[in-house]
Amino acid sequence: MPLHTGDHASPRTAAPHPGDTPPAPAPAISTRGLVKSYRGPDGTTTHAVRGLDLDVRQGETFAFLGPNGAGKSTTIAMLCALTRPTSGHATVAGADVLTEPDRVRRRVGLLFQHSALDPDLTAEQNLRVHARLYGLGRAEARRRTAEVLDLADLTDRRRSPVRTLSGGMRRRLELARQLLHSPGVLFLDEPTTGLDPHARARVREHLRDLRDRHGSTLFVTTHYLDEAEHCDRLAIIDGGRLVAQGTPHEVKAAIGDDRVVLRTSDDEAARRVVGTLTPPDRSLTVDADGLWLRVPDGSAWIPRLCAALGAHGIAVHAASATPPTLDDVFFHHTGRSMAPDGGGR
Amino acid sequence: MTTLTRPEPDGNGTGAPARLAAGARAGAERPPRLRRELRALHALVHRDLLRLACQRTPTALMLLHPVLYLFILGGGLATLIPTASLGVGYRTYLFPGMLMMTVQTPAIMVGIRLITDRQSGYLRELLMAPVGRATLLLGGCAGGTLVATVQGAVLLGLAGAVGIPYDPVLFALLLGGMVLASFTITALSLALAVGLSRPETFHTLLGLVMMPLLFLSGGFFPLASLPGWAQPLAAVNPLAYGVDVLRRSIALRAPGQAAAGGVEWAGRQPPLFLEAGLLLTAGVLALLWATRRFSRPE
Repeated sequence: MPLHTGDHASPRTAAPHPGDTPPAPAPAISTRGLVKSYRGPDGTTTHAVRGLDLDVRQGETFAFLGPNGAGKSTTIAMLCALTRPTSGHATVAGADVLTEPDRVRRRVGLLFQHSALDPDLTAEQNLRVHARLYGLGRAEARRRTAEVLDLADLTDRRRSPVRTLSGGMRRRLELARQLLHSPGVLFLDEPTTGLDPHARARVREHLRDLRDRHGSTLFVTTHYLDEAEHCDRLAIIDGGRLVAQGTPHEVKAAIGDDRVVLRTSDDEAARRVVGTLTPPDRSLTVDADGLWLRVPDGSAWIPRLCAALGAHGIAVHAASATPPTLDDVFFHHTGRSMAPDGGGR
Repeated sequence: MTTLTRPEPDGNGTGAPARLAAGARAGAERPPRLRRELRALHALVHRDLLRLACQRTPTALMLLHPVLYLFILGGGLATLIPTASLGVGYRTYLFPGMLMMTVQTPAIMVGIRLITDRQSGYLRELLMAPVGRATLLLGGCAGGTLVATVQGAVLLGLAGAVGIPYDPVLFALLLGGMVLASFTITALSLALAVGLSRPETFHTLLGLVMMPLLFLSGGFFPLASLPGWAQPLAAVNPLAYGVDVLRRSIALRAPGQAAAGGVEWAGRQPPLFLEAGLLLTAGVLALLWATRRFSRPE
């Protein structure tokens, strides 16, 4: 298991300090009422984060979803003890961000949105310097460097100066660098932004690997809806506030209804027929797509609707039921769409 | 996707996450704090040496600069400036100033690097490391001092060409003087850079400050020949003390090559050790100030 430090447990662990007993199922990240405000030069106050209550479990991949400027990066900075919260509490990997910032930083890794490597040094040298910076011994630094290079599939490029590596390789190297000190929680701020689709897929593959094979806790911010879709749980943030938290299934189930679209020989007639079957509070709309409505469990409705329409002599040319997307969820809570460019679904 | 079908991690008890937590816990107190800070310090110095090793062309060009001064300016003016007024030939006179120029360039680069690291985001990576901010600045300072001294040591090889004997003790003294001067210039450069976010500002400031500092250092001509109003400026110029320490080290071991001039306080030369002490104090104060600014929480 190359990621974690299980193989060099020190004798110290045999005699735990009082007050240092591991509370076994503690969440990887827990925040209560986390607030960050910035005082502007003209006396105005900007509220970047307005009271976050987050719970991230050990070993899960947690997506933190929101449009640009929603407060994602500020939250990460607070959770990594880079910025002091204005108020509220947060514990990360068992350490308090306010009282034990050093311990937090030793236990987490953070992949910045715009990360930086030393372009003149080789991949290996970059990693070696970083490992020592995190207090690894010489031999350990060498061993971990080899391991994470292997993990990132960059062993054959280890002697290449970083400036000769492609964008995707650099991203993987940056990711590898954050694994050197075997962090308990890995924060990734927009890990795939600026990469081409192929490189994006590879980075995601690596992240999945980390979770499945090594049980890492990943906290991923993203504004790509499809990326959040693949996480264990997610939170949606807008304007510094949480608007939803749960599994992708849960948050979508909360707004509930699937969109059912029917294309028939006579949409207006079909509308009257369908109206007698569905609950009266459901709105039926006829537009260029055909007749559509929102109902829970849409695919179960389709055969019933088709049978009823057939009985009235209306032919159904096409029928579909689409579950709500995360963008629907975001729209539901904020009244805005997160992906005007269709970047999500 | 496997994501949604995966069992909840707390469902299957203490698996990898628990072991991971235990590992992190064990690592918390180990290695001890001081060793971690030292390792980080070493990492930063190592980074500077690696960069020096892979930037051979810029380094060679940087070294060429003082050599050109020494032989072209020195060669040209040697015939105009009578040895009698300096005590030595002009090129010999110029040599300590050249050493100072050599160490000064890489030492100043440390400040520029702090700013470019801030711009590129590398500084954030450094700040994420679980070490004190003072360690980060100290590491930059130590790396800059070392790199500058190494480059100065290369130019020491030219001593013979200006009539200075290859004496091991003298070389040790000169190296010591260069370490001191490099440290102080690095610290001053960091103190200047720590509050700036744009390299342009730093370059503008340097352009404004560097020329007077060099000409008021006594490296090119004796400070005694400066107009009276400029004398106090020279007396607060750290470069002047750096040049003086080097020049008087030469005079100590090679009395035949003793050059006239240097910093004077009310017409008297301060003792060599006092000059070295002042240089060190200036560096330490600058570094402390820079550390204070750098450690300010946001």
